[in-house]
Amino acid sequence: MRRELKPGAIGYESRRRKIPTKDPDGDPAQRARGDGARNLGIMIVIVLLGLILSFLSPIFLSPYNLRTVLLEITTNVYIASGMALVMILGGIDLSVGSIVAMSGTLTVGFMALNHQPLWLAVIIGLSVGLAIGLINGSIVTFFKIPSFIVTLAMLNVARGIAYVYSGGRSTRMMDPAFTNIGSGYLWVFPLPVLYMFVLIALFVVLLNHTKFGTYIYAIGGNRESARFSGVPIKKVEVITFAISGLLAAFAGIVLSARMFSGQPSVGVGYELDAIAACVLGGVSMSGGVGRISGTICGAIVIGMVSNGLNLINVSSFWQLIVKGIIILIAVIIDSQKGNPNFFKGIFGGRGDKPFVPGNGASSKNGKAHEHHLTNRQSAFLS
Amino acid sequence: MVFNPNRADREKLLEMRSIKKSFGATRALSGVTIDLFAGEVHALLGENGAGKSTLINILGGIVQPDSGSILIGGQTLASFQGVPAARKQGIAVIHQEIVLVPHLPVADNIYLGREPITRIGLKDTKAIHQQAAEIVETLGLDLDVTRPVGELSTAQQQMVEIVKAISVNARIVVMDEPTSSLSLPEVTRLFEIIRRLKENGVGVIYISHRLDEIFEISDRVTVIRDGTYIGTKLTSETSPEELVKMMVGRSLSALYSRNFRPRGKPLLLVKGLSKRGAFENISFSVHQGEVLGFAGLVGAGRSEIMASLFGADDFDHGSISLAGRQVRFRNTEQAIQNGLAMVTEDRKRTGLVLSNSVGFNLTLPALPSLMSGPLVDSRRKNQMIDRFVGQLNIKTKSAWAPVSSLSGGNQQKVVVAKWLAINPKILILDEPTRGVDVGAKHDIYSTIDELAREGLGVLLVSSELEEILNLCDRVCVVRKGRIVKTLTREELSQETIMRYAAGAQTRGDRI
Repeated sequence: MRRELKPGAIGYESRRRKIPTKDPDGDPAQRARGDGARNLGIMIVIVLLGLILSFLSPIFLSPYNLRTVLLEITTNVYIASGMALVMILGGIDLSVGSIVAMSGTLTVGFMALNHQPLWLAVIIGLSVGLAIGLINGSIVTFFKIPSFIVTLAMLNVARGIAYVYSGGRSTRMMDPAFTNIGSGYLWVFPLPVLYMFVLIALFVVLLNHTKFGTYIYAIGGNRESARFSGVPIKKVEVITFAISGLLAAFAGIVLSARMFSGQPSVGVGYELDAIAACVLGGVSMSGGVGRISGTICGAIVIGMVSNGLNLINVSSFWQLIVKGIIILIAVIIDSQKGNPNFFKGIFGGRGDKPFVPGNGASSKNGKAHEHHLTNRQSAFLS
Repeated sequence: MVFNPNRADREKLLEMRSIKKSFGATRALSGVTIDLFAGEVHALLGENGAGKSTLINILGGIVQPDSGSILIGGQTLASFQGVPAARKQGIAVIHQEIVLVPHLPVADNIYLGREPITRIGLKDTKAIHQQAAEIVETLGLDLDVTRPVGELSTAQQQMVEIVKAISVNARIVVMDEPTSSLSLPEVTRLFEIIRRLKENGVGVIYISHRLDEIFEISDRVTVIRDGTYIGTKLTSETSPEELVKMMVGRSLSALYSRNFRPRGKPLLLVKGLSKRGAFENISFSVHQGEVLGFAGLVGAGRSEIMASLFGADDFDHGSISLAGRQVRFRNTEQAIQNGLAMVTEDRKRTGLVLSNSVGFNLTLPALPSLMSGPLVDSRRKNQMIDRFVGQLNIKTKSAWAPVSSLSGGNQQKVVVAKWLAINPKILILDEPTRGVDVGAKHDIYSTIDELAREGLGVLLVSSELEEILNLCDRVCVVRKGRIVKTLTREELSQETIMRYAAGAQTRGDRI
């Protein structure tokens, strides 16, 4: 399909020009934003937070405590990875916290109460999570109901299943074969941390180097364009919600193994932690934009805040308030960058206030503001 | 009425003198000058990215110039900030995209944000409707001000925008490509309104890519290129060739470079395709190397036919056979697998994922062909991007620049490229040059010819008669969801197509 132009025709000179196609990070979403240092903002937050916490508490930077932080964020990372997929797709999954409780309760229950072998109990635990995810995805895609509503309903269903099955009681499970899943070590690494690394690697490849990952970005970015481009929307949607459900179930099993028990009341609000990690890490609430690496950073920030507040003896009641404020800040940041037309709006006709370059760059107060500026300027300069 | 800018009794409404504006390192405008007299239509011409939008945004108070002066009614404006300030000076900008509230009635949209208030502080709906109806009447429009805007056609919505501009007593009206989504009769109506505005002493700055429109409606033309002022001409003393030359910096050998060749084997045969409420009994065939045009008024059902053919929408009856094989696509994926490709009408809504990159968009439909095992082969992907960016002469900073950063013409080329990348046998083009500058048009036209030479079957839906006349081997004229006539190349003429499209004389002719 080669075409030639007559000399003198428009574009003749530039026709054979090479354009840079090198994609150093292999992350199309990042490049698409024209923002090379996408995670820079949150990285700075992590470093500053680390500095502050190490001043406030001398043991914060101790290897033991850092390992604790790493272990504490694992549950959120499992869930947030699935949540990131769903959110890039343009949806949200509120049922994950309940799935954590449901799968943990069922897995422990099937071993302790129904005397099933470990492998079967784990498979059952994972399957129910997968099933809830499949139901979520199917209802969203086939009945075209907003995922917020569908997964909100499923949040109740899954929690209900956990309570009905267990009668509201937690079940102890001390069998080392099981508890090792969550409490075992490989050399100095807790197993849950290793799962996390494997999962991150898998998801980075999934999102950036597979058809499926590309299709998630396409659907979240513009569903209609994706439909006209031959993207199997229904399939991708159902699978994405299924992955989210499966990961939540996995998180539930690992968590119950760490706690030596299946507790139906566990995991309340986990979905919000996961959403917060995604949004902090740059996943757009409106879909189409986001990265796994950012999500991990978001989870790290949340984990550091929880850990730090514990170290300096802030009560868990106050911690809720601090976390809430962090989520608010994240959403405010998102509202600025989730809208690629924000800048154009200023030039293009709807905003009243002109944006003068360099105007805001001099006032760098606050992380959120700074992050916001980086985005603003890079979008502006690209 | 011949326009004469030198006549002393002409009131000069506006003068923008050597306006300069840079965004960061990019110089958008380097010294552009334009003036406007009362009762004048002044066309502003330039390719996409030439700086038209920036100039208008400066006039609309949205962007502040770095230097230069703006005189309104002979008085220099010291500061000119914000849309309300511009409005106060009697400037109204009608943007390309319609910004109305669909659920609100026409009248409420017109007075949105400045509603008259009754004595007890409530919105005075009666007054709003009365005043709106008055303006509509003085303009000679047929518009029910109580109807929700969402129920109106695009053309009517455009009229509402114009009424809105006039209702603030604007003396300077800027229209940014007002005809890009209008059909021919609607354009005629718009021009009537513009002429009426002129009679009332309003000055209009008219932006368009369509030269024929500029010659029909404008008194003077100012051409800008790459942010530089090229020149101002009296429309009556210039020619399309001269303007194109000014606009692109050199002459286009020929905008249309189509070589007609004998057609090959039949590729696609459509028989009796029907969909309730959209189209009925559509039958046609496309051969190898043939460009089959679909002419008709906007809303005649052409896009719907194509969407059904492409598997994006369903249809009720009829059959489609592809190279002798009966097919029915349940989704676009199957259509693509069978060698169909479709450049859709609205690139922002259905053509591109704007939040993503040029490379992402360009390879999206072709991904299945780029797999090695479960992973996308990034080397072959990059090769594909490189090849098509070169082939279609897409001007982009890099393959990973956001596609939204490209000009309209280059965005459209990305859409064309993404479909060429699947190596199609049949290419459906639905309004492929809408809102695209001359240079990009030329590239797209020569691509069409090239594809026909390679033996593709091309279906071209276009509302630009020029395109239909110059590119198509045969033309199906569609009216109200039916093909009323299929014309051969020899029978093609603007009058014939319009006659069938508008349905003036269809009784005598049977298909």
